[in-house]
Amino acid sequence: MEQYLIYNTLSYPILTVLVCVPLFGAIITLAIRGDRNLKIWGMLVTLVTAVLSLPLYTSFDLTTAKYQFAEFSDWIPFVNIDYVLGVDGISVLLVLLTTLVMPLCILCSWTYIKDRFKEFICVLLLMEASMIGVFISLNTVLFFIFWEAMLVPMYLLIAVWGGPRKDYASIKFFLYTLIGSIFLFVAIIALYVTTGTFFIPELMTHHYSFSYQMWIFWAFTLAFAIKVPMWPLHTWLPAAHVEAPTAGSVILASILLKMGGYGFLRFCLPMAPGATVYCMPYLIALSIISIVFGGYLALGQSDVKRLIAYSSVGHMGFVTLGIFLLNDAGIKGAILQMINHGITTGALFICVGIIYERTHSREISDNSALGMMMPIYVSFLVVFSLSSLAFPGTNSFVGEFLVLMASFSKYKIVGGFAVIGAILAAAYMLRLVQKMVWADSDGHVHHGEKSHLIDLNFRETATLAFLTIFVFWIGFHPAPFLKVMDASTTHLLQQLESGMNVLPAGHGDPHAILNGVGESIKHLLALK
Amino acid sequence: MLYLPELTLLFMALVFFFVSLGNLKESRLRSLGLLLSAIAVIASVYSYGLNGSLFFDAYRVDAFSQIFKVIITFGLFIVIYLGEGLYGIDDTLRPEYYLFLTISAFGLVSMSSAVELITIIICLEISSFALFIIIPFRKKGAYREQMEAGIKYALFGVAASGITLYGMSYIFGMTHTTYLADLMKIIPGVILKKPLMLIGLVMLLSGFFYKLALFPMHFWAPDVYEGAANETSSFVATLPKVAAVALLIRLITLAGAEVGQFTWVMMIFAVLSMTFGNLSALVQTDLKRLLAYSSIAHAGYLMIGLLCASELGYLSGIYYIAGYLFMNLACFFVIYHLAPQGENISFDGLTGLYKRSPLMALTLAVSAFGMAGIPPTIGFTGKLFIFTAAIKKDMYALVILAVINTGIAIFYYLKMVRAAYTSVDEQLSPLNLRVSTSVLGIFFIVIIILLGIFPQGFIDFAKEAVAAVL
Repeated sequence: MEQYLIYNTLSYPILTVLVCVPLFGAIITLAIRGDRNLKIWGMLVTLVTAVLSLPLYTSFDLTTAKYQFAEFSDWIPFVNIDYVLGVDGISVLLVLLTTLVMPLCILCSWTYIKDRFKEFICVLLLMEASMIGVFISLNTVLFFIFWEAMLVPMYLLIAVWGGPRKDYASIKFFLYTLIGSIFLFVAIIALYVTTGTFFIPELMTHHYSFSYQMWIFWAFTLAFAIKVPMWPLHTWLPAAHVEAPTAGSVILASILLKMGGYGFLRFCLPMAPGATVYCMPYLIALSIISIVFGGYLALGQSDVKRLIAYSSVGHMGFVTLGIFLLNDAGIKGAILQMINHGITTGALFICVGIIYERTHSREISDNSALGMMMPIYVSFLVVFSLSSLAFPGTNSFVGEFLVLMASFSKYKIVGGFAVIGAILAAAYMLRLVQKMVWADSDGHVHHGEKSHLIDLNFRETATLAFLTIFVFWIGFHPAPFLKVMDASTTHLLQQLESGMNVLPAGHGDPHAILNGVGESIKHLLALK
Repeated sequence: MLYLPELTLLFMALVFFFVSLGNLKESRLRSLGLLLSAIAVIASVYSYGLNGSLFFDAYRVDAFSQIFKVIITFGLFIVIYLGEGLYGIDDTLRPEYYLFLTISAFGLVSMSSAVELITIIICLEISSFALFIIIPFRKKGAYREQMEAGIKYALFGVAASGITLYGMSYIFGMTHTTYLADLMKIIPGVILKKPLMLIGLVMLLSGFFYKLALFPMHFWAPDVYEGAANETSSFVATLPKVAAVALLIRLITLAGAEVGQFTWVMMIFAVLSMTFGNLSALVQTDLKRLLAYSSIAHAGYLMIGLLCASELGYLSGIYYIAGYLFMNLACFFVIYHLAPQGENISFDGLTGLYKRSPLMALTLAVSAFGMAGIPPTIGFTGKLFIFTAAIKKDMYALVILAVINTGIAIFYYLKMVRAAYTSVDEQLSPLNLRVSTSVLGIFFIVIIILLGIFPQGFIDFAKEAVAAVL
């Protein structure tokens, strides 16, 4: 164990605490009465969790790729299942993202949720516990338990507090994700039977035959591609986003989608390196389609929430693209892009929720020309929109830049297509901002009609301001975040390198096509 | 001492026999039943760890039989506990209801100890006959399906017993013994050479497939569940299956752990059972019918564990059936309390349940998600063990078919949860639950989750039990 883990040296078992505080918080919620008390309790629990999670960043050892803050104990010894937790450079930022976003989810539901507050807080806290659990489990069974357990609270979140088509959306979400993960389950058991362990770092060290790798690779990929979601498995996402309450959308966009990307990095790449290299061109192609397709569909939406949902498909396409470029810049860019997407898209969903509370509509046309009435609101909206289209100086720029750089350095043609996605993002986001802020207003909009459009109050301002800090922090000084990933990314690439020897002959053909297309286009251009 | 749990149940039956001559109030009857079944539970826990045999070695008491006795008597206790008020049973037949319930439980408890073919068939019949009588006890309302259900259960049961006996005649004819211990030495060597032995063994198992509602002996399940009173169904749906698992483990061990034709036959039954059960359950509207089809599917999953014929396979089988007992009883508990007139409940009856009684809705959700195999419940852990056992035997195709089935099944379980959690505009009367009822609901939730997260304690017991058979 010691070769993989650095045991926790903090004064408290930080990772267990991060799961248990929200979990027990959720149980205690059932005994609390009064909406106000419940809100305060929910806020308190999430804030405590957030504060307790900070040592993950401050005490993180940047020099090692081992799993840190680890905890280990026996759990079900007769099939060798242990309770083992730990974080490395890939997961630590995602854990922090989760703990920091959750208080905002409570804040943005302060007045949005009208009924069944007790159950709402309980479900949110259960969500938090299971989401953190997914990122910190180092045992495949434990991972799977959290991965699946998360579905139930998320389902309830959409089904009970959702919009008019909540029934359809929640069932679709649940079935899609569950059916994706049943093969993950088989893969986990198959890996156990082959190696005799459920311990993730040890599973990474085994070498499997190529055909075996292909099987587990696709079993994993199906589950993660649905979660990301990757075209053509993305159709649950817009439905779920549109119907979910604000907090649900924020959780979905900021954290749930990241689990797919995290899964690729944690399972597919290190455990099936040969299959990953072999299948890389196909996954890159799917990512490119996601980017362009998501952007193109976003362009045609009139519902703000739906627009942002489709933009998520495009942005997550950048994440999977970065992952499957299989080089340093690509993977780092992908991880950073996951964090960025969590911040930016989460913030945009909060913005949509705020305006929905005021106008009870999510149509762009009903929410146009807000600039006069709500100056603070539109300032935030513009900042996050710019961040979403990767404007230089904002967080997404860094992530997208790294991914684009990686793709141009590897396959020019891929980079060329990915740029289309970036342009589309600019087109739909700027169109959204133009309509919502200015539209046809000549500065003389009838104020009387829209008197209900009060600007942000302190709570809403604080929620968005907190996220704005990160937009510019990562935008101008991403080094602290990139440094965290350094050791783990390098380690991941070494694992990939060592796994390539199982590739069958002729595996390079699809790669050659990618290169070949790029070359021939270059020739075409040169001829002219 | 060896025979203590059985004696307690016999005593209980005797008490109810005398009570049935008098005219006792329902609440008194229930308290009496609770008290006596609690004593039976204590007796079987107390006799855990004893070893010995009775009746010329035809009846063996060991760790294996005792763990099943504990599960069965505990199940009986819960069935009596949840049937508070006996809403569905004809007023004049209540003492008899308890009487035959007890006799059936006695038969099941004895079945887990029986290690000789004739003893097995006698125990099987005792438990079945009591149930044949009990099913038509339903209150005469607007429906008379209970008669149909009773006849169907009896006819199928008798036919199944007939097939079992016929199979036994083959086996006896070829081996000249009826003792399982002797058969175990002979059969593994013969089964690969003589097809008749295989046929005999499969026919022998049919009686237990019938109890377990496994394809192809499953046809009775939907009609009987639907026709019997809610509290009777809760018994029929759970306890006989526990005993059937005990016997199946004993009998499958006979064939030896060799993967041969015998395993293939079981595999086909398992796959058809899962697929047929799940696909039929998708279109049901009556909850009890739905549970019947789901139980056919669960019999299939369970069979995967058993046909592995390995220690892990048997362990997972015992664990799964115990989990199934709790999850299914939890569902029936909700159905029972939603129908104060003893009527059948359809999806419409669940609407707005979370407003009427949050606890009931949560119990239903936990048990439905449990049966669907969503972690962290007992259903998930059970499937994990079963699939692990199967993959250890390289039965990948079987496991993949099983997980696809799990994927199908999630839809109808989700339908139950969805019905319970959909909001309705009209005002619904809240369900007023007694404290004792709420306690049972909380018990179900806690045990389904806790036993799912911490299976090790139960597994240790089951391991000891399996060691006694292998």
